[in-house]
Amino acid sequence: MSLIYSMKRFLLALIALLMVPVAFASESKENHEEEGFNVNEMIMHHVTDAHEWHLWGEHESAVSVYLPIILIDNGLQVFSSKSFYHSEPIEVVVDEATGAKAHYFVDVTGKYALLHEKIYTLENGALKFHEGHPENAMPLDFSITKNVLSLFFGAILIMFLMFTTARYYKRNGAVAPKGLAKFMEPLILMVRDVALDNIGEKKYKKYIPYLTTIFFFIWINNMLGLVPIIPGGANLTGNISVTLVLAVFTLLFTVLSANKNYWKHIFATPGVPVALLPIMIPIEFVGILTKPFALMIRLFANMTAGHVIVLALISIIFINENAAWGGLSVPMSLFISVLEILVAFLQGYLFAMLSALFIGAAVEEAHH
Amino acid sequence: MELVTPSIGLIFWTGLVFLLLLLVLTKFVWKPVLKAVNEREQKISDALELAEKTKTEMKALQAQNENLLKEARAERDAIVKDAKETANKMVEDAKNAAKTEANKIVAAAREAINADKAAAISELKTQVAAFSIEIAEKIVRGELSTDGKQKALAEKLAGDINLN
Repeated sequence: MSLIYSMKRFLLALIALLMVPVAFASESKENHEEEGFNVNEMIMHHVTDAHEWHLWGEHESAVSVYLPIILIDNGLQVFSSKSFYHSEPIEVVVDEATGAKAHYFVDVTGKYALLHEKIYTLENGALKFHEGHPENAMPLDFSITKNVLSLFFGAILIMFLMFTTARYYKRNGAVAPKGLAKFMEPLILMVRDVALDNIGEKKYKKYIPYLTTIFFFIWINNMLGLVPIIPGGANLTGNISVTLVLAVFTLLFTVLSANKNYWKHIFATPGVPVALLPIMIPIEFVGILTKPFALMIRLFANMTAGHVIVLALISIIFINENAAWGGLSVPMSLFISVLEILVAFLQGYLFAMLSALFIGAAVEEAHH
Repeated sequence: MELVTPSIGLIFWTGLVFLLLLLVLTKFVWKPVLKAVNEREQKISDALELAEKTKTEMKALQAQNENLLKEARAERDAIVKDAKETANKMVEDAKNAAKTEANKIVAAAREAINADKAAAISELKTQVAAFSIEIAEKIVRGELSTDGKQKALAEKLAGDINLN
C-alpha cells in the first residue's frame, strides 16, 4: 500500500512539474515565435514519431538518418524518407479564417505529401485543407519510423541481455548467478514474486513469461528513451500506440484467462438486487476496459511527461538565448533525468504488477 | 491531438515485435532460467532440510549416547553396590560364624566349669560331711569320756525334754 501511496504522491508531483513547462511553452509561443525558436514545436517534434531520425542541423544542413517508408496503397510502396525531406518544404495557408500556415513535403514521385509526420495521398499534386486539416486520403503507413527503429533496437537489446542471462544457467546449471545473470535474476524473481502475490500459487506460473516480458520491454525501452543520442532518445514507451498495444495484451490475457466467477461478478454481481443489474452490467463491463485503459494512459503520460520536462528545462537556455541559464537548466534537467531512471523502472514494475493484479482478479476462485 | 492519436504502423510493429519477444523469450529464456532457479531453490531447500534432519539425528544420537552412558553408569553403580553388599555380607557372615563359634566355645567352657564346679562342690560336701562326722565323733568322744560328763549330758537332755 505504501508503494501505491508514494506512487500517487509521485504522480501528483509529476503533474505539478508538468504544469511548469506547459506554462513556459505557451508563453514562449506568443513571445518568441518570430525569433525562430518555438519551444512547443521543438518538444512536440521530439516526443512524437518521425520518418527520419534527426541528428543535428536545420533544413538543408540537417544531418538525419533517413528511414524507409512502407505504404500500403495499391500494393506495397517502399522508398526512403529522404525522398520527402530532400525537397523544399511547401508552405500553405491551411485556414483562411485564421491565416495559420503549415509546411509539408512532397516526395520525388509527386504522389505523397508529408505533413506533421503523416503521409497523405496528393490529389492533383496538392493537399486540400478544410478548417486547418487536410482532407486528402491517407495510405496505410507501416513505415519503419523513429519509434519502430527504436523498438527494434530495444528488442534486440532485450534479447541480447536475456540470452546472455539464459546462457549462464544453461552452462552452469542450478548454481548461484554471476555477472549479468546476477543482475537480471533478482529482477526476474521480483516479477515472479509479483505474479505469485497477485495471481496466487495455483496459476501464477502460466503468467510469469508474459509479466517478465512486459516488465523488461517497458523498462529497457524506457531506459533507452533516456539516452539522448541515437539509437536512444525516441519516446517509444511514451507513444500512445505502443502503450495501447501493451494494454491490449493485458486486456487479452485478462479476458481470455477469466473464469466463470469473474464473468459472474460482471453480469450477475452477487449481492446486488436484480433491479440494479441494468445499471451494474454496463458499469462492470466498462470496468473491464478502464483497467487496461488506465495502464495505457499511465505509461504514456509518465514517459511523455518525463521527456517534455527534460526538453522544457533545456529549452530555458534557448528561450533566454543565454548559455548562463544552463546553470539553472542543467542541474534541474539532471535531477529530472535521474528521477526518470527511477520512473523508467517504476513504470515497468507498475505495469507488470497491475497486469498481474487484473489477471489475478480474473482467475480468482469464488470464496464466499 | 497528435500526441494521443495512435498510428496503425506503430501499433502493427509494436504488436509484432512484442509478440515475437514474448514467444522467443518464453521459450529460450524465461522457462530455462526459471527452471534453473527453481532447481537451485529446490536444491537449497533440500540441503537445508537435510542439514536439519542431520541435526535432529545428531541430537538423537547424542541423546542415545547419553542414555547409554547413564545406563552404563547405573550398571556400574549397581555392580559396585552389589559387590559392597556381598563383601559386607561375607564379613557379617564371618563375624556371625565367629560369634557363634565363640559363644559355643564359651558355652562349652561354662558347662565344663559348671560340671567341675558341681563335682568340686559335691566333693567338698562329702569332705565337709566326713570332716563333720569326724569332728562330731571327736566331740562326742570328748563329752562321753567321763561318767560325770555322761550324766550331766543325760540330765541336760532330760531337762530339755521336760521343758517340752
